[in-house]
Amino acid sequence: MVKPPQLKVPQARFSFHGGIHPPENKTSTRDRPIKALPLMPRYVLPLHMHIGAPARAVVAVGQRVKKGQVLAQATDFISASIHAPTSGVISAITEHAIPHPGGLGAMAIILDADGRDEAIEPMTPWPDFTAQTPTELRGRLREAGIVGLGGAVFPTAAKLATGSAASVHTLILNGAECEPYITCDDRLMREQPFEIVQGAAIVLHMMGASRCLIGIEDNKPEAIATLAEASRADARFETIAVPTRYPAGGEKQLIKVLTNVEVPRGRRATEYGLLCLNVATVAAIYRAVVLGEPMIDRIVTVTGAGIVQPDNFRVPLGTKISDVIAAAGGYVAGTDRLIMGGPMMGFALHEDDVPVIKATNCLLALRPQDRPAEPAPQPCIRCSLCAEACPADLLPQQLYWYARAKQFDRTVEYHLFDCIECGVCSAVCPSHLPLVDYYRFAKTELWAAERDQSKASLARTRFEFRNERLERIKTEREAALNKKRQNLATNTAAIEARDAPAGATVGTFDDAFGTYQPQPVSAPAAGLDTAALVITDSAVAAARARAKARRAQLDADRAVQAHANIQIDAQEATEEPAKAQAEPSKNNPT
Amino acid sequence: MKFPTQTAPLPEAQNSVRRVMLIVLLALMPGTLVAIALLGWGVLINIMLAIAAGLLAEALMLKIRARSVRPAIYDGSVVVLAWIFALCLPNLGPWWLPVFGAIFAVVVAKQLYGGLGFNLFNPAMVGYVVLLISFPEPMTRWGPAIDVGGGALNFMQSLAWSFNGVLPSGVGYDGLSVATPLDHVREQLTAGAPIHNATLSLFNSGHLLQAWNLWLGLAFLAGGLLMLWRGVIRWHIPVAVITGVLVMSGFLWLLDSAKHASPLFHLLTGATIFGAFFVATDPVTASTTPRGRLIFGFGIGVLTVLIRSFGSYPDGVAFAVLLMNLSVPLIDYYTQPKVFGHKQGKLQPNGAGEGGK
Repeated sequence: MVKPPQLKVPQARFSFHGGIHPPENKTSTRDRPIKALPLMPRYVLPLHMHIGAPARAVVAVGQRVKKGQVLAQATDFISASIHAPTSGVISAITEHAIPHPGGLGAMAIILDADGRDEAIEPMTPWPDFTAQTPTELRGRLREAGIVGLGGAVFPTAAKLATGSAASVHTLILNGAECEPYITCDDRLMREQPFEIVQGAAIVLHMMGASRCLIGIEDNKPEAIATLAEASRADARFETIAVPTRYPAGGEKQLIKVLTNVEVPRGRRATEYGLLCLNVATVAAIYRAVVLGEPMIDRIVTVTGAGIVQPDNFRVPLGTKISDVIAAAGGYVAGTDRLIMGGPMMGFALHEDDVPVIKATNCLLALRPQDRPAEPAPQPCIRCSLCAEACPADLLPQQLYWYARAKQFDRTVEYHLFDCIECGVCSAVCPSHLPLVDYYRFAKTELWAAERDQSKASLARTRFEFRNERLERIKTEREAALNKKRQNLATNTAAIEARDAPAGATVGTFDDAFGTYQPQPVSAPAAGLDTAALVITDSAVAAARARAKARRAQLDADRAVQAHANIQIDAQEATEEPAKAQAEPSKNNPT
Repeated sequence: MKFPTQTAPLPEAQNSVRRVMLIVLLALMPGTLVAIALLGWGVLINIMLAIAAGLLAEALMLKIRARSVRPAIYDGSVVVLAWIFALCLPNLGPWWLPVFGAIFAVVVAKQLYGGLGFNLFNPAMVGYVVLLISFPEPMTRWGPAIDVGGGALNFMQSLAWSFNGVLPSGVGYDGLSVATPLDHVREQLTAGAPIHNATLSLFNSGHLLQAWNLWLGLAFLAGGLLMLWRGVIRWHIPVAVITGVLVMSGFLWLLDSAKHASPLFHLLTGATIFGAFFVATDPVTASTTPRGRLIFGFGIGVLTVLIRSFGSYPDGVAFAVLLMNLSVPLIDYYTQPKVFGHKQGKLQPNGAGEGGK
């Protein structure tokens, strides 16, 4: 590695526990400038390529669209819009294979390019962004579909909204890029430092923050020098070299290294006055605000010994991965593995007929000889190398032990949910155990148990409510019945009293109900209306009508309840995938 | 194009159980060579018999348990187990001591618990303790190979002694065997001699017993440092064991130096160094947290001295290790390191409550 002669940036003063230094494998692409891709005939834009709710398509099949036009609208606070990467015709809105660890498909808009690449009018450029309010600027980010490009793809407008309430004082730019092989951020920092610094200035303005720390791993001296130079004029900026140690690019790890603040699980950095954004994200913010351009492309590193000419590309979103690989010269013969993301946190793709999405930072193709033979897992010997390497200070060997034994309550006691799934433990394991898989498994089981429990408690509440209702109806009915009997008894007694000699005691004729107590009748009831005792046709009809009404009410109750159940189930069904996707990638190091 | 898949990460396999075990074996070499030089071929015979019996027992048990035999044999864990176990055995013992002990260690202490990684107790120490309790007399057959008039046996003579109990003409068993320093001191103390004379008489006996232990200790220390350097073990356990031995023996010595041996004596005799670096550090049965390892090691050191001083067995390391093995789950649970973001003294969020759960 070549270090530039003079590097006058400060070194990070703090560090995080553990971490590893895997082979970097960045040399094949780090000096390859970012290239544009030629126009492709077809683009596939999944409606869900970010954390949060899927976007809702606002175009129809057959409709002509222009580059930059909104294809799908954000549906929720945590959601992101999707724009056309080029002009063309919507040929279908259908299920299509997407980059997914399980090889699943999802709804996607298929855009057949017309080759003219006509753009719509851009959004109003705001070169003087300081004239805009933070709310207006957030609206712009939302409109432009900006999401975090470091890997977590969390909608940036939502992230900034959580921050503004909490008085953020420091913006941290994440240029660590700690995963092996990936160089897209490195190239961006070296080629477009102005966009990054301006984008950061926009965020500083939006948050009212006074300081911006740029953290870059010291294996990227050119990027450090370039950004230090580009931000020199602005006293708010400070570029800091971070020791090269995976996962220094994890949000919490980078914050620790730069500020010594440890953000615990369940807390946001903004609660500590800090906001962390990836360098590519702020560059996209610059383009959205100052140039009025939505997010329709991203930089992708295409690399690995399975690629003929490893390179960095600016790839329109929706481009098929096979097209990107072709632009890099195609596969080397014998390539048998394609990974999206880096080797540490990425996942293997089932096929390459899937689109580049906002989270695609790297495509890594490998041949069998480029990676170690996957050794069979051996028993854990509790050597605790994993605990020494864990950046979250966990005891991975204990977590493994209990996850394997399905003692999930114990995994919680050993802080399972503090695991950021960085993969360091698996990488150092002499027994070659897929440790992270065990933790994901345990997490999934615990989430499922939690759902079951909330479902069960809901069912219990429902059951108790039903019992209570039945009880109430019963009591009411009995009360009504008793009242009727009482009336009857009183009237009968009155009649008998009238007929019987004065001073006689009324006998018990109806003690089966135990409600009527014999009582002395002191005086004959005068003026009793015997008409009330006569059962008329109209009274029968009225009673029937009442019963009917009651039954109708009961049926209606049941219908409402059933409907509520369905709604709850449906809600859970939609929440589940969102949660499953949101949780593991929260702390994606880049 | 379709691809087979695998979950991330895709680490370069730089380490393996086999590599760890090979380093341990390498680290055992200096001590083993010194032991052979000082104690004769009996040491090597013990090691070879224990390894052969251990491997056979492991293979058989894996077959019975319907597990694949090859990886478990190839990972080297049985060889390490048998080797460490055999080094504890008397150099003049009969052949069936290592064989029986190794089989018991592998079958009962290791495989019945589920094999490598699942055993609660250190198998080598289980094998040793079982022999010690079951066959106390053969377990005392120690003797230096040098400095005994005509006592040195060559390899074939040692084999003959081990298997048939036949000695070359002119050599008597009494001329070969001798009490170990710990035994010697215990005998002298039982006989009423003050400790001063007891330890002195060691040097006067002309057997260089103290030197024997010293050289062995240094050789094992060298091996231990090798393991430390290669990252196979951590410093916590050896340091804590030695500290425990020194603290406990120092305390007793200060209390009554006429009845208790000096800390230096405890450090240099018996299995203190060997136990601190090679036995207590067995990762499977030791504590795995930094603080837990200190507690675990210190406990072994203290118990070793207590058992030596007040017990009736020749050495306390094995029992101390087994007792502390028993406490490991508890120690590990209560010495978990503070998780990222949950350490004390860090910044609190602006205006928000306490730092998370």
